Amino acid sequence: MISHLRTMWLVFRHLFMKKATIQYPEEKVPLYPRWRGRIVLTKDPDGGERCVGCYLCAAACPVDCIALQATENEEGRRYPEFFRINFSRCIFCGYCEEACPTYAIQLIPDFEMAEYKRQDLVYEKEDLLINSEGKYPGYNFYNVAGLDAGVKEKGKGKDEETPVDIKSLLP
Amino acid sequence: MTVMQHIWIVLGVLFVFLNIAAGLIWVERRLLALWQDRLGPNRAGPLGLFIVLADTLKLFFKEDWIPPFADKWVFILAPAIVVASVLMGLAIIPFAPGIVVADLNVGLMFFLAMSSLGVYSIVLGGWASNNKYSLLGALRGASQMIAYEVFMGLSLMGVVMLSKSFNLGDIVAAQKDMWFIVTQPVGFVIFFIAGLAETHRLPFDIPEAESELIAGFHSEYSGMKFGMFFIGEYLGISLISAMTVTLFFGGWLGPAFLPPVVWFFLKTFFFIGIFILMRASLPRPRYDQLMGYGWKLLLPLVLLNLLVTGAIALWLKS
Repeated sequence: MISHLRTMWLVFRHLFMKKATIQYPEEKVPLYPRWRGRIVLTKDPDGGERCVGCYLCAAACPVDCIALQATENEEGRRYPEFFRINFSRCIFCGYCEEACPTYAIQLIPDFEMAEYKRQDLVYEKEDLLINSEGKYPGYNFYNVAGLDAGVKEKGKGKDEETPVDIKSLLP
Repeated sequence: MTVMQHIWIVLGVLFVFLNIAAGLIWVERRLLALWQDRLGPNRAGPLGLFIVLADTLKLFFKEDWIPPFADKWVFILAPAIVVASVLMGLAIIPFAPGIVVADLNVGLMFFLAMSSLGVYSIVLGGWASNNKYSLLGALRGASQMIAYEVFMGLSLMGVVMLSKSFNLGDIVAAQKDMWFIVTQPVGFVIFFIAGLAETHRLPFDIPEAESELIAGFHSEYSGMKFGMFFIGEYLGISLISAMTVTLFFGGWLGPAFLPPVVWFFLKTFFFIGIFILMRASLPRPRYDQLMGYGWKLLLPLVLLNLLVTGAIALWLKS
């Protein structure tokens, strides 16, 4: 009997305690920078697309929600012809971000992407591309790659030696 | 009192208590939420009050299904019984001097009779559902009611001895100098426990016991028939709270700065709050524990209380 009354008193005291509820639309949940939400495609510091269409993200995706087609411009720079993510399938695991060799695909802290029509959850490249460098500012893949794709000449990159003439025997 | 006045009182009591019963949906959900560190429904309307409307509309629009294997007419009748019997019970409560639907000289007996009739809705509902969980719930409901009805009546006899009347108006008047909670504390505790069992509220919701029996006697009910059981339960809470106030806490008596009706409802809402607090805090006992507790502990206790009260009343008289 006494223990029951004590229980009731202890429960009653919760009336004045801080509530755990976050009143969502007015009050937002704190999201941290590494929180895995909506997927975006980021750009180079000079505005070029980072994605080189290597298909590693599509291969890493456990639910097969990424579809893309790689192509090349006249300078030899690869880019995706189309890039499509079906967010009704995506499980926000972040494997695509881990797989990406050029830091192009990134998950950002945003989850408010509900739609009335399922078809609207399929994001095309223009929906995914953002005008930002995302989590890796200043990074340009073609600056450190040994390839001339219109960004820098071969051998002119940072920490890059000039190419060796492999057909010559001179040191 | 003219006939017209009487009709107004009847309509007023019906209006107020049906609204309280509906409003308790909101009160209970908000209070339970606050006691569990949540906020509860607070979106629809001011303070979330329109959740009552939303819930009612939802119940109205749900499919009102009668299972093909059920006993159709009894199935329909059962939910009406609980509401009707509890509303009848409300008829004898004096809300303020002169405001009472039926000023019966056997008011207390009438209340006990009506609250016992409520068990028929459980038994018939469970039986007519033709479902083993419903039947088990009905069985438990019946035995719980029988057990707790016995000492619910006996716990009130102390009050009757002291006030020398079964009329609730006289009982309230007899508490002018001292509320019966002071002279009958054991009677109050036992009446309140029995009232909890009578309304089959948590922790004594053995007939429903959703963790064991799905929903007990109303497993098969849907739509507004289920809603009637629900309203019946909330009306039962209001009735038991109102009776507790009338019998032990001086009814409409109180300092003069508030009108008697306000005092009555303030006290009643306090006990409704206690009902909800008990739901929020106490676990459900096992079925056999409940029965053992009733027959082996509370019944002897209430008889002892009766004996002592009678002895003191006789000693005071001589």
